[in-house]
Amino acid sequence: MSEIVNVDYSTTIPNNVNLTEDRQVLRALERWHPGYIDWWRTMGPDGFQEALVYLRTAVSVDPKGWAKFDYIKMPQYRWGILLAPQEEDRKIPFGRHYGEPAWQEVPGEYRAMLRRLVVIQGDTEPASVEQQRHLGKTAPSLYDMRNVFQVNVEEGRHLWAMVYILQKYFGRDGREEAEQLLQRRSGDADKPRMLGAFNEATPDWLSFHMFTFFTDRDGKMQLESLAQSGFDPLSRTCRFMLTEEAHHMFVGETGIGRTIQRTCEAMKAAGIEDPSEINKVRDLGVIDLPTIQKKLHLHYSLSLDLFGSEVSTNAANAFNASLKGRFQETKIEDDHKLESSTYPVLKLVDGEIKRVDEPALTAINMRLRDDYTADCQRGLDRWNKIIDRVGVAFRFQLPHVAFHRQIGEFKEVDAAPSGELLDEAAWNSQKEKWLPSKDDGDFIQSLMRQVVEPGKFATWIAPPRVGIDNKPGDFEYVKLAA
Amino acid sequence: MAEAERKLNNGNSRIDFQTDPSKYRHWKLAVDGEVATLLMDVDEKGTLFEGYELKLNSYDLGVDIELADAIERLRFEHPQVKVILLRSGKPRVFCAGANIRMLAGATHAHKVNFCKFTNETRNGIEDASEVSGLFTICVINGTAAGGGYELALATDHIMLVDDGSSAVSLPELPLLAVLPGTGGLTRVTDKRKVRRDRADVFCTTEEGIKGRRAVDWRLVDEVVPSSRLEEAVAKRAREFTARSSRPAAGKGIALTPLKRERSADAVEYSTLSVEFERASRRATITLRGPEAPPPASAEAMVDAGAQFWPLRLVRELDDAILDIRANEFDTAAIIFKSSGDPAQVLAYDQFLEANKKHWLAREIRAFWKRVLKRVDLTSRSLVALVELGSCFAGTLAELVFASDRSYMLIGQRDGDNKPPASLVLAEVNFGAYPMPNGLSRLASRFLADAGALEKANRPIGEMLEAETAENLGLVTFALDDIDWEDEIRVFLEERASFSSDALTGLEANLRFGGPETMESKIFARLSAWQNWIFQRANAVGEEGALKRYGTGQKPAFDTRRV
Repeated sequence: MSEIVNVDYSTTIPNNVNLTEDRQVLRALERWHPGYIDWWRTMGPDGFQEALVYLRTAVSVDPKGWAKFDYIKMPQYRWGILLAPQEEDRKIPFGRHYGEPAWQEVPGEYRAMLRRLVVIQGDTEPASVEQQRHLGKTAPSLYDMRNVFQVNVEEGRHLWAMVYILQKYFGRDGREEAEQLLQRRSGDADKPRMLGAFNEATPDWLSFHMFTFFTDRDGKMQLESLAQSGFDPLSRTCRFMLTEEAHHMFVGETGIGRTIQRTCEAMKAAGIEDPSEINKVRDLGVIDLPTIQKKLHLHYSLSLDLFGSEVSTNAANAFNASLKGRFQETKIEDDHKLESSTYPVLKLVDGEIKRVDEPALTAINMRLRDDYTADCQRGLDRWNKIIDRVGVAFRFQLPHVAFHRQIGEFKEVDAAPSGELLDEAAWNSQKEKWLPSKDDGDFIQSLMRQVVEPGKFATWIAPPRVGIDNKPGDFEYVKLAA
Repeated sequence: MAEAERKLNNGNSRIDFQTDPSKYRHWKLAVDGEVATLLMDVDEKGTLFEGYELKLNSYDLGVDIELADAIERLRFEHPQVKVILLRSGKPRVFCAGANIRMLAGATHAHKVNFCKFTNETRNGIEDASEVSGLFTICVINGTAAGGGYELALATDHIMLVDDGSSAVSLPELPLLAVLPGTGGLTRVTDKRKVRRDRADVFCTTEEGIKGRRAVDWRLVDEVVPSSRLEEAVAKRAREFTARSSRPAAGKGIALTPLKRERSADAVEYSTLSVEFERASRRATITLRGPEAPPPASAEAMVDAGAQFWPLRLVRELDDAILDIRANEFDTAAIIFKSSGDPAQVLAYDQFLEANKKHWLAREIRAFWKRVLKRVDLTSRSLVALVELGSCFAGTLAELVFASDRSYMLIGQRDGDNKPPASLVLAEVNFGAYPMPNGLSRLASRFLADAGALEKANRPIGEMLEAETAENLGLVTFALDDIDWEDEIRVFLEERASFSSDALTGLEANLRFGGPETMESKIFARLSAWQNWIFQRANAVGEEGALKRYGTGQKPAFDTRRV
C-alpha cells in the first residue's frame, strides 16, 4: 500500500475536472486514495491482484479516449474522474425549478437531500465489487473472467465519481461520507451496505449475470434519473457513468443469452424436446430453462425492491426539488412539474390488487419502475428469440410485481408469479416451484469450474459471437500470475 | 373557526384512556424475572382516528395510552422488574415519532392534548427510574427520529447500533417547521447537557447523527456493533438491575378494570363522581373519603390491591381528569368537592407514611404525585369548594392547593347538619407531592413568605375551620352561608365569560411560580413556543410544512421573524 502514497495525481488520475488546480479535492483525495487502494486489495477480486487483465480504461470523455484497451494489473488501474462535457446554458428540466439555469454549486436548502442521494448511489458501487470478489475462481472462460473484472474496475470508477462529487461539493460531511463508503461491507453484520440487495451473496455466474442484467439495470435507471438532475455536476458525472453501465448490461444480457443458447443447443443435440425434463437436461452439463426462470424470478423481484415504496415522499421531494428526475425526462411531454397530475399505481386495496391513481409526484418511484420493467422485458424478448431460433418450446416471463416482495405495497402478502394472492400454506407449498431451492443452487454450483485455457468455455455457456475489442476467439484476455 | 373534527375509529365517540395488555395493538410486554422487554411494534391500521396510517412505528395518542398503561402495570403488577428494555419490533426503524399525517389533520386542541399526555408519559418513565428504581434502557436499532428520539431521551441509558445507518434525530424544524413536542430540546440541553451549538447542528440536520459522533456529542450513551448488541444489552441490563432497589420477591397487584358508569351528564366511579353542567360549562368532581379504616398491615394492603382506597381513588381521579381534558373541550371549570371523614383520610395518609418503605406504598404515593401534577397541568380553571361534610385532609387537601381559587364555608348552613367545613394539613402537604416546579404546592403558594409556611406547618392534624384557614392563607376566600351561593355563582359565570385561551395562559403562568425544573420548562415551552408555532401558517397554513408534508411540494414560508 505504501507504493501509492506518493502519487502524481496529474498523470495517474485521468480527469477532465482540472484536478491539479483543485486544492480542495486534491487534499481530500490524498487522504482517501490510500484507503481506496487498501479496500481494493482486501475486497476486490480475490486472487487476481497480480494478474494482467485486458481492460478498457477511460482516459477522456471523447469517443477516442473513453475506451483505451491494454493489459494492466487491477490495483494499478487508472481510475479517473470524468464528467460528460458541460452543456452550454443547460436548463433544469423538471421540478419546481423547471426552466431555471442548472446549478453549478449545491443549493444550501437541498444539500442534505442531495448528499443522501449521492451516498446511496455511491454505496452500491463498491458493494457489487465485494459481492463478486470470488467469481474469478469459477470463471467459465478467460473472456468471462475479463468481463467481471471490467465490471469491477468500472464500479470502482463509479465509486470515484460519487466520491469526487462528495469531496468537491459537500465539505467535511462529504469527506466523512466518502470515508464511510470504504468502511461498509456487503453482507457484514456490523457495517452492511445500505440497500438490501447489495448485501446478498453472488454465489455463482448465473447469479452474476442475473445481477448485471437486473440489478445493474436498476442502477442504470437510477443514473438515468440522476443524469437529469438540476445539479449539473451530478448530471454530468452520471451521464458519463451511463456509457460504462451499458457494458455491464451487455455482460448480463449476453451472459444469460449464451447460457440459454448452450442449454437449448445441448437439448436439441440430445433430442430432448420437453424443457421440464430437468434431470435429463442437467445431465448434459447445462442449466435447465426452468431453473433459469426461477433465478429470473428471484433477481427481478429483489431488484424491484431497490426502487423503494411505490408511493414515496422522499422520491416526491427529490423530484420537486429538481434533484432527481424521470427516465428520459426531456423526452416526456408534460409540464415536468407534476403538481396536479396523477399516475396509476398498483396497490393492495381490501385484499385485492388494484390500479389506483396517485398524485404523480409521490408516484415517481412507480413511474421509474414501470420504465425499468419495460426495459427488462425487451431483454427477455431477445432471450426468447434465442430459444425460438434453436427451436425449443419455452418462454421466459417476468413475474407479477406483487411476487416475492420485501418492500412496498405487497411486502405483507404472498403472490404467485401470475399475481394471484396466496395464503401462507399455498405459498409455502409452491415457493420452490418459483424460486431457486437449495438443490438448484447446489446443482449450479456443481457446474462452476474455472476454465482458463484461451478460447475454451465451460460446458454450460456458449462462446460469444464476437470478442472484446474485436479480438479473436482464442485471445488471452487474462494473463494469470505464475 | 370550524376546524373539521376528525372521526374516531371503530365508531367511538370518546377517547378512552383505559386499556390492558390483552387489548394492546402496538406494544408487546414480556416479563422475564427482573427484566421486562417493552417492544414497540405499531399496527399501522390500529389508529385512534380515521384518515392516516401509523407507518414506521410512528404513534398517535392511542399508541401512547398503551405505553403509559404498560409502564403503570410494570410498576404495580411486576414489582420485581428492575429494568425495562425499550426496543422496536420493526427492522431498521426504532420509532419515527408522532405520526405527521395525524398531526396535520388534528384539531389544535387535540394536538395540544396529545403533546401534553405524551409528555406526562415520558415524565412517568423518568419518575419510575427516580422514585422506584425501575430503570429503562433504550435500544435503538434503526432510526429514532423526532418523538422516537424523545422517547429515548426519557430513558436512563441510550444504546445505538453502530451500523452506519442507525441514527438519532430531531428533524421537526427542517422537515416540518415545528419543534419537538415531547421535551426533546429541553432534555438535549438540560438532561444530556449537549453543548448548545452542537444541539443547534443536531436539531437542524434532518437525517440526524449516527455512530461515534452521537456518543461524542452526548446524544446517546454508547454505540454497539450489531453483532455484539444482545451481549451488550444483557450486560447493561445486569448493571442496572444491580443498582435497583425494587423488591426481587415482591408480589404484584392486578390493576383491575375501573368501575365506571357513564350517563349523559355524569360519570360514576366507585370513589368519585363527575357531574357535567354543560350549559354553564362546569364539571364537578366529588371525591369520596374511605368507608373503612386502613388495613392492619402492608400485607393486607397488598391483598386489597387495586381496591385499596387511595389507589382506587387516584386511578379514578386520573381517568376523570384525562376524560375531561380529551373529551370535554367546552368545560371551562373543574370544581373539586369532597365528602367523607377527614380523620379517615388522615389515617390512610398516616398508614402510607408508616409503610413508605414498602414498594406498594411508594408506588401509590408516586401515583398520587403524578396525578396531582396532571391536575396542575390541566387547562381548565380549577376551583375547590370546601363545604360541610367535606374531607380535604392531607393528600386530598392538595386539590385545594392545586386550584386557582378555593372557597371555604364558614359555620353551618340552614337545614344542613353535616359536620362543619374543615381543612386538615398533614406531613404529606410539605414535600411528598412536588409540583412540576419541584416545590410543594404549599411552598409554591407562599413564595414571598416562608414564615407563612411555618405558620401553616404548626397546625398539622388540626381540623382548621374556614376563618383560620383563610388567615393562614390556605384558601382564597372564607364565606358564610349568606354569601356562599352568590359569590361562587358570580365567580364561575365571570370565569366562563373570559377568553379560554387567555385563561389557559394566565393560569399556567400563575400556577408555576418560583423556580424552573426540566419538567416545568418542558411544559412551559411546549405551551409558549410549540403551541404557538402549531397555530402559525408556516406550519398549518395551506402552503405550510405540515399540510404539504408527503406531497413532495415544498412549503412556502412567511419569512418575517416575529
